[in-house]
Amino acid sequence: MNKYLERIYNGIIKENPTFILMLGMCPTLATTTSAFNAIGMGLSTTAVLMFSNMVISALRNVIPNRVRLPGEIVVIASLVTIVQLLMQAYTPAVYESLGIYIPLIVVNCIILGRAEAYALFNAPIVSFCDGLGMGIGFTFSLTVLGAVRELIGKGSVFGFQLIPSDFSIGIFALAPGAFIVLAFLSALQNKLRLPSATNGGQEVPEFVTSGDVLGAFNKTEEAPASEEKKEA
Amino acid sequence: MKKMLNLSSNPHIRDEVNTAEIMRDVVIAMIPTTLYGIIQWGLNPALVVLFTVAVAVLSEFLYEKFMKMPITIGDWSAAVTGLILALNCPPDIPVWIPCVGAVFAIIAIKMLYGGLGKNWMNPALGARCFLLISFAGKMTGWTTIGADALSGATPLAYLKAGGDMAKINICDMFLGRIPGTIGEVSKLCLLFGAAYLIIKKVISPKIPLVYIGTVAVFTLLFGGHGFDVTYLCSEILGGGLIFGAFFMATDYVTSPITPNGQIIYGVILGIMTGLFRLFGGSAEGVSYAIILTNIIVPIINLKTIPVAFGREGEKK
Repeated sequence: MNKYLERIYNGIIKENPTFILMLGMCPTLATTTSAFNAIGMGLSTTAVLMFSNMVISALRNVIPNRVRLPGEIVVIASLVTIVQLLMQAYTPAVYESLGIYIPLIVVNCIILGRAEAYALFNAPIVSFCDGLGMGIGFTFSLTVLGAVRELIGKGSVFGFQLIPSDFSIGIFALAPGAFIVLAFLSALQNKLRLPSATNGGQEVPEFVTSGDVLGAFNKTEEAPASEEKKEA
Repeated sequence: MKKMLNLSSNPHIRDEVNTAEIMRDVVIAMIPTTLYGIIQWGLNPALVVLFTVAVAVLSEFLYEKFMKMPITIGDWSAAVTGLILALNCPPDIPVWIPCVGAVFAIIAIKMLYGGLGKNWMNPALGARCFLLISFAGKMTGWTTIGADALSGATPLAYLKAGGDMAKINICDMFLGRIPGTIGEVSKLCLLFGAAYLIIKKVISPKIPLVYIGTVAVFTLLFGGHGFDVTYLCSEILGGGLIFGAFFMATDYVTSPITPNGQIIYGVILGIMTGLFRLFGGSAEGVSYAIILTNIIVPIINLKTIPVAFGREGEKK
């Protein structure tokens, strides 16, 4: 398979950020109150993710290793500001309903995770495709969660009323519902032995899910070699 | 003789009582108040009780069948969960709502944690709060008792809204001639059932008495009515406190097992209920107080392990 397509496939299916890597849980839980909000969040994150991967990859030989986190954050934060202003100008409704979660994309661990695990060691174009794949995977998972929650919680999907609102179970559109739905979907995944970071079925890249920032920092010396080997 | 020489790990002295018998006693104890609710409000409460219990038992059966686990519906605990949940619903509730709650109680709160004895939250109360958040309007639509059933407020809600104290009738509250959920209104029937459980030694009166006492003290101190017997009685008898204290706070699985722990548990329950009722937005707070206190029960158990016999003098 073409390596660009392989990256996109990887992001959507093999290393789906929400269901398999279990990354970015905060926006996942908070913004999936409806399918529409979920898509808005997913697409804005995708936009940031693609370009942050590309820019960080292009700058990977310029950013000194010791200050790479601040370097990455500066890039990501600038992109988030651009996206935020664009959304405020052109899609004010989505901007209003997502509120604080748009600026919080800066600290979304998917973006930093992909920068750390992939963009720092790979060429710009393939990093861009990696960001695109991850972004589509994130958008897809968020939309599934948002649609399920909206369907049970409000009886509608994308605002189309499918079940009379008398029969909707309101708690699913509120915060507890997010935890319940996500837990049920993950439990189903474990039951069916699908790969996931929560059941050991997926060999996850150590940088992404270990949460061991210091360890990752110490290992960066030999890490590029191994990543490049995988590419070759 | 062979039995005498049998070596085994403790406990060595066993009672013949099993889970099913205890749970059956709990069901028997709730029969008077269930009947009272059905007699007062007619057909709908009867259907609610019937369907909720049936759905609770059925969902436990189907889950265990699907997961290839041993079928445990014979221990009556699912029936108790369904019954408590049904009694916690208002009499006019559409029947399908408590049925949804029963599925949630059994599957999400009990079975997913591993079944009876492994759930940390009281399933019936967890489901009640689930329904309360989801169907706020329908779960608090009270019907007053009488031929031309009007909707009204429970005595607690009435007092919270600044109602006239003189219109509160303690006798009515005790006998159950007030609006409320199907099973909570008749304190006479509830106390009758509680006495049965205490005489059969199914529950110890420690948790309920400490709980109710703490609510009484809290209400006297912070209620803002001074020592007013009517106010005090309506706080104790007007809502779900008696039902909650005797039938839900004493749940074996989700209450502490150590003697001191039970007292601490009762005090915390009382303070939480008082806080919710007097300073919270809603007039009632028993359900939330119990499920929130359930969370810290393991810590209470750990911190109150009694000193073993013969070790009293040892230094820690």
